This record gives sequence, structure tokens and C-alpha cells, in this order.
Amino acid sequence: MIEAIGLHKHFGALHVLKGVDLRVADRELVFVIGPSGSGKSTLLRCLNRLETPDAGSIVVDGIDLMHRRTDLNAARRRIGMVFQGFNLYPHMTALGNVTLALRKVAGKGRAEAEALGLAALERVGLRDRAGHTPGQLSGGQQQRVAIARAIALEPRVMLFDEPTSALDPELVGSVLAVMRELREDGMTMVVVSHEMGFARAAADRVVFMDHGQIVEQGPPAAIFEAPQEARTQAFIGQIQRH
Amino acid sequence: MLDTFFNVEIMKAAWPILLAGLGNTLLLSVTVVPLGLLGGLMLALLARLHSPWVRWPLMAWVDFFRAFPPLVLLILLYAGLPFIGIELGGFGCVAIAFFLNTGAYYGEILRAGIDSVPTGQTEAARSTGLSASQTMAWVVLPQAVRNVLPDLMSNTLEVVKLTALGSVVAMPELLFQARQAQSLTYNPTPIVVAALVYFALLWPLVRLLSRLENRALRAG
Ligand SMILES: Nc1ncnc2c1ncn2[C@@H]1O[C@H](COP(=O)(O)OP(=O)(O)O)[C@@H](O)[C@H]1O
Ligand SMILES: [Mg+2]
Repeated sequence: MIEAIGLHKHFGALHVLKGVDLRVADRELVFVIGPSGSGKSTLLRCLNRLETPDAGSIVVDGIDLMHRRTDLNAARRRIGMVFQGFNLYPHMTALGNVTLALRKVAGKGRAEAEALGLAALERVGLRDRAGHTPGQLSGGQQQRVAIARAIALEPRVMLFDEPTSALDPELVGSVLAVMRELREDGMTMVVVSHEMGFARAAADRVVFMDHGQIVEQGPPAAIFEAPQEARTQAFIGQIQRH
Repeated sequence: MLDTFFNVEIMKAAWPILLAGLGNTLLLSVTVVPLGLLGGLMLALLARLHSPWVRWPLMAWVDFFRAFPPLVLLILLYAGLPFIGIELGGFGCVAIAFFLNTGAYYGEILRAGIDSVPTGQTEAARSTGLSASQTMAWVVLPQAVRNVLPDLMSNTLEVVKLTALGSVVAMPELLFQARQAQSLTYNPTPIVVAALVYFALLWPLVRLLSRLENRALRAG
């Protein structure tokens, strides 16, 4: 489903991705962990071309994202993204947030877009909040609306960049529950997060990144219980102490 | 005293003249404000192109027209353009001068508004497949305008006041008409009435503006 090979990315003199290869199979859930600044967000943002790598190839659902003539807007419809800071449109209602791209990108009429939007809000348990603006919602609710905004477009892949790290601890569960349901529906997902419990329960594979490289990857149990690399051991030890 | 500044007979006689002036002031305002906003929007959008070929001329343009006194600009257009064979008349000159002057101001305000919208908004929109221009139109601009609404309104207030400049190029707006009536009647009453009309026209805007500003202050 995702095949990203040999990704390099610089920000000025800073070499942020140093030859990253990431393959994600259909219906697979891949967890990406690693210290802050190791390039996890940059990697994720390359996968929908919010960031343009300096070198490497990215193919998602058969679409070559690095090809000059690829329609990125059409491709992004198929790749949902959820951000740490939710990034909901504050001047629109929850339903407005969800229907904007349905209308402007997918070309649905108002009635159809609203029906689809309400169905997406239903899936995240917030149909009754359709008329609320982001300011009237809790962080957990906002993040679920953000998920609804992405899934309303029926993406083939979902990218999550630390979806719960801006949330109060008591609100994390509601977002993880929605993600788990997506998983059960067979969504292909790449999740940057340090929610170990969720990773253990739901991830097929955990990828550990450090300094712009993938250091080690494997099933959650292997990475969390018996990491091979010293850097992985140090990192796992550190987050488990917290 | 009352006969000098508030002469009812003269007021009655001058009223139709002043009313025509008010009509022209309003017409001028509803021409010049959208024109300035349009010019400003164009400048603000151009400012987002990062090419130095756009940036430097743009900055020079904005600085020039903000530094240039609008009255001088207007007289220059009115007196100068006929020499190169362009006869625009008072209305045309006022429209162009305001487009240049007030567009530069609106442009700076809108640019600040666009800059105030977090990049995460654009990223979220683009990640759902919206194009750059759709993102600007539906996500960024509405928030940008909301963030700088007090500044936009206060500039609009200035623009409406500045329409009085039209009087120097014989545009029959409110001030020009009042001066006409004054010179016909040898009495300042028409000017006093014009001042009151300006006040009645602008005071609601001023009130609305301070309410918006107070609200912005409270919102932090
Ligand atoms: N737009 C950018 N401009 C400059 N530097 C950036 C930019 N985005 C990220 N970086 C830098 O790249 C490095 C990796 O960032 P990021 O991918 O966000 O790491 P992570 O998500 O793993 O914390 C960091 O040092 C960060 O400061
Ligand atoms: Mg990050």
C-alpha cells in the first residue's frame, strides 16, 4: 500500500531523513516511535507530500507521489492525515469541517456531502455535535472530528502524527477507541505515537527511528520486550520509566 | 449666532444640494472601498509568492503609495493625466488614486491577517486534497479577515473620510456641495450641516469598531 524507498530530506544544512525505507502492507498498522527530532513527522509528511523529499521514491496505493505529473490533490484525497494539534477550521462547525473537502474536492452536492459528513461524525461518535464549532468541543472531541474529516473522504491510508499527545490523559482513550475501530475495519495506518499500550494491542509492526534513520523494526512484543539495538533499548527503557 | 451657523432658511435651501453631495459621497465610498479591498487582496496574495522578482517590486509599490500623500496623488492624476492624453474626470481620478493608496493599506492589513492564520490550517486543508487556491478561499482568508476585522474597518472609516478629497478635483461629493452652497448663500450653515451628516454617517461605524476592538482586547 505504501512503498517509500530511499527518502532523504534536508532542512537547510540539517539532514533530517537519511535514507529511510518504509513499506506498509494493505491493512497493516505500523507504529513509528523515536526520540523527539528524529524525523518521524517529516517521514509521515513525506507520505502525503506535505513535505517534498530531496531524494527517494514514494508510491501510495499505486500512485507515484514523486512523479511530476501526479495530481497531488487527487492523491491526497486517498491519504488521510491527523495532526497532533487537530487543526480543525475554527470558523466552521464540526459538520462544516467534515464536508468542506467532500464538496470542494470530491465534488459532492450539499445534501450528499452533509449525509456523508454526518455518517463520518457518527463513526467517531459525534453526530450529535455536528453543529458545534471546534471551540465548543473538548480536545478529544476535536481530534475525533479531525479523524471524521479525513475518513469522510474514504481514504485508503491514514497517517496519524501524535494524535493523542496534545490531549489530557482522560481524553486519550476516546481517540484511541476510534483508531482501534478504524483498525478493525481494515484501514491501513501509519501511527506516530508513544502510546505503548495501544501499540501492543493494535500494531502489526513497530518502527524505531533515531537521527533520521530506521534503527530497528519488528512486532511490538519484540521491539518492546527484546530490542536488539542499544539505541532502541535506551529509548524503550526511557519511555517505560515514565 | 444661530442665524449664522444654524440658519434654518438656508438649511432648507441648501438641503437638496447637500443631499446630492451625500449621494455622491456614498457612491464614491461604495466604489472606492471594494476597489481598495480588491487591490489589497491582490497585493496580499502576491506577497505570498516568495520569488524576489515579486517581493521587491511589491514592497516598493506598497511603501511608495503608503508614503505618498493621497491628496498630492489625486491632484497629480487630475492635473497630470490630461497632459499624456488621458481624461478621466474627477470620479475616475478619485477611484484610481484610492485604488492605489488605500489598496496599499488594505494589502498590508490583509497580509498581516493571512500571516496570523497558523500553517497547520493550510496543512490540514491541503491534506484533504484542497488546492492552494481553494485553501486560501475557504480556510485561510475567512480566518484572516476575522483576525484583522477591526483594522479593516478602521481603514474603511479613513477611506470614507478621505472621499472628501474628491472636492479638490470638483467631484460633487458632500464637502464640495457644501462649499458650493456656502458660497452661494454667504453663510457657513451648509458646512455645519455637512459636518453633522458626516458624523451621522460615520458614528455608527466608529461605535461598531470600538465594540470590536474591546471584544478583541477581552479575547486577548
Ligand atoms: N519546516 C522545517 N524547517 C526546518 N527544520 C525543520 C522543519 N521541520 C522539522 N525540522 C527539523 O527536523 C528535525 C526532525 O523533525 P521532525 O520530523 O518533526 O521530528 P519528530 O517528529 O521525530 O520529532 C528536527 O530537528 C526539526 O527541528
Ligand atoms: Mg513530530
